Amino acid sequence: MSAVALLKNQMQRWSRRDAQGRSFGPDISHQTILYLEDITVSFDGFKALNALTLYINVGELRCIIGPNGAGKTTMMDVITGKTRPDSGSAWFGQTINLLEMNEPEIAQAGIGRKFQKPTVFEQHSVFENLELAMSGRKSVWPNLHARLSAQQRENIDRVLETIGLQGHRQRRAGALSHGQKQWLEIGMLLMQDPQLLLVDEPVAGMTPQETERTAELLTSLAGERSVVVVEHDMVFVRSIAKTVTVLHEGSVLAEGSMDEVQNNPKVKEVYLGE
Amino acid sequence: MTAIVNNPSVSLLSDDAHARSRLWQAMSTDRGGQVLLSLLLLLALAVPILHLVVPDSSALHISSYTVTLLGKYLCYGLLAIAVDLIWGYCGILSLGHAAFFSLGGYAMGMYLMRQIGTRGVYGDPLLPDFMVFLNYKELPWFWHGFDMFWFAMIMVVLAPGILAYLFGWLAFRSRVTGVYLSIITQALTYALMLAFFRNDMGFGGNNGFTDFKDLLGFALNKPTTRIGLFLCTVFILAVAYLACRYIVASRAGRVVTAIRDAESRTRFIGYRVESYKVWVFAFSAILAGLAGALYVPQVGIINPSEFAPINSIEVVIWVAVGGRGTLYGAVAGAVLVNYAKTYFTAALPEFWLYALGALFILATLFLPRGLVGLLDKEKVQA
Repeated sequence: MSAVALLKNQMQRWSRRDAQGRSFGPDISHQTILYLEDITVSFDGFKALNALTLYINVGELRCIIGPNGAGKTTMMDVITGKTRPDSGSAWFGQTINLLEMNEPEIAQAGIGRKFQKPTVFEQHSVFENLELAMSGRKSVWPNLHARLSAQQRENIDRVLETIGLQGHRQRRAGALSHGQKQWLEIGMLLMQDPQLLLVDEPVAGMTPQETERTAELLTSLAGERSVVVVEHDMVFVRSIAKTVTVLHEGSVLAEGSMDEVQNNPKVKEVYLGE
Repeated sequence: MTAIVNNPSVSLLSDDAHARSRLWQAMSTDRGGQVLLSLLLLLALAVPILHLVVPDSSALHISSYTVTLLGKYLCYGLLAIAVDLIWGYCGILSLGHAAFFSLGGYAMGMYLMRQIGTRGVYGDPLLPDFMVFLNYKELPWFWHGFDMFWFAMIMVVLAPGILAYLFGWLAFRSRVTGVYLSIITQALTYALMLAFFRNDMGFGGNNGFTDFKDLLGFALNKPTTRIGLFLCTVFILAVAYLACRYIVASRAGRVVTAIRDAESRTRFIGYRVESYKVWVFAFSAILAGLAGALYVPQVGIINPSEFAPINSIEVVIWVAVGGRGTLYGAVAGAVLVNYAKTYFTAALPEFWLYALGALFILATLFLPRGLVGLLDKEKVQA
């Protein structure tokens, strides 16, 4: 890359940040927050994603289902910068090209991800986990001196309440139950304050009550933010989804309401096993 | 959910006051650190009196040999803190910290060599003895400036710091981790050892530097200079401890431990893992370099064997034995293991390496949290 191009690239990165180091976020003037077009990813000849094209609207709650190996997790890896596709394009709003950015840049631009297996920082307290996830400056020097403002403390307290872990704030995250870890991770996602949330199997290992609360939370988040949920639990998907996308062999097989999708003969064949 | 909009207002005003209160807070809960600093204070008061004031004939007199030995242990303590910061807190097992230690030592050694002047065997006012011996006609370019103490001190910090920064930048950006990184650090120190063994590198070849005369005009063989160097070591060790404690108690420190525990998760919440790693690595290397710079005038020699791969591994053993991820445990481990080494190499020289190996295995098997972990456990049970 030439020096001019490097400089231009760096200027673009800077210009996406305000004085606090926060990103301005995506340009959503066209009401679409995520554009995935013709994304192909292959691992040793196996096409995990095969010309996948998918659009997510602003404020939408989208559920993505599909049999194992359909490419759901690979899709999330591409969006969050973990995997580079062989071809295709991925845009966050009108102006942010996700394929030119690495994981931290994408996270700071406003895409948050919750993993299938809950990964929290086990040696840190619940409170510290939320503090680390908080949006804001992420570089070394400011964090060497950073102190929580009263408002930031309030935010963390509010999230603690939302995820029902007020009583555990000083507890080591590693000592939490599986369901509590899932909630803590959702809390970390909230602290990140993202425009687009990618949630991988949020209710795995949760009790029915916890599942219900998760459904409520995700529904309440949509509207203001866009939420993409990958889930196997059909009851759960039915309870939250307006639009469902079915992936199969790395591309979109069907898209529509839960009923439409369930009555789609192709879907019945490959996924519902009928 | 509009409520959860964060407004990061990181105040940059009165940073000093904040820093002091943060450090105060961190130290007030750090029992081990309090004990360490108290012991250092005790040493700083007792050693000068017992060496300089108490007469030789008294049983309480501390010999110059013991002062130098204590100073050496404390230099090792500083090196151990450096390794603990990068290994215990950031999870990067560096097996090359002896390289940074030696570079700091060589920078100090170059200053000390330039101070010898005409008092060398060949009496050349400009060229150190080994250069005259090797038929150097003029001072190599990289030796210029080392006659000035301030310049040498800057190099003590910059040489290890810049090497670690470049090394870290390349390795961490390519996401080299775990055992691969450890092997590369071993290769780094080994390569430097081979390079410094070469006569035409201009660093004295396998003899290195020795026969130092004075430092800032103080003769190195005088008891007061010895005590001065010892006090400097105590002071720098204490300051380094506080600096490391400040770092690990800050949010940046929590990010560093988060990287240790779940690296990719840390990336996905927006931290540039590479920059954190590279800065901690460079800071740790600078501490190691300072330890080397304090070590050389006290022991009076630096040669390429300091770069030997085994030295870096020994540091890791000190930290493991003392207690990883505690900072004070590293100092305890360094002092105790080296005390044992001094004892063993005098009493049973052929057994020392076996003893060291056994110590490491036993510590790994039975003391996963090191000796200081043992103390903690007893406290909990009591």
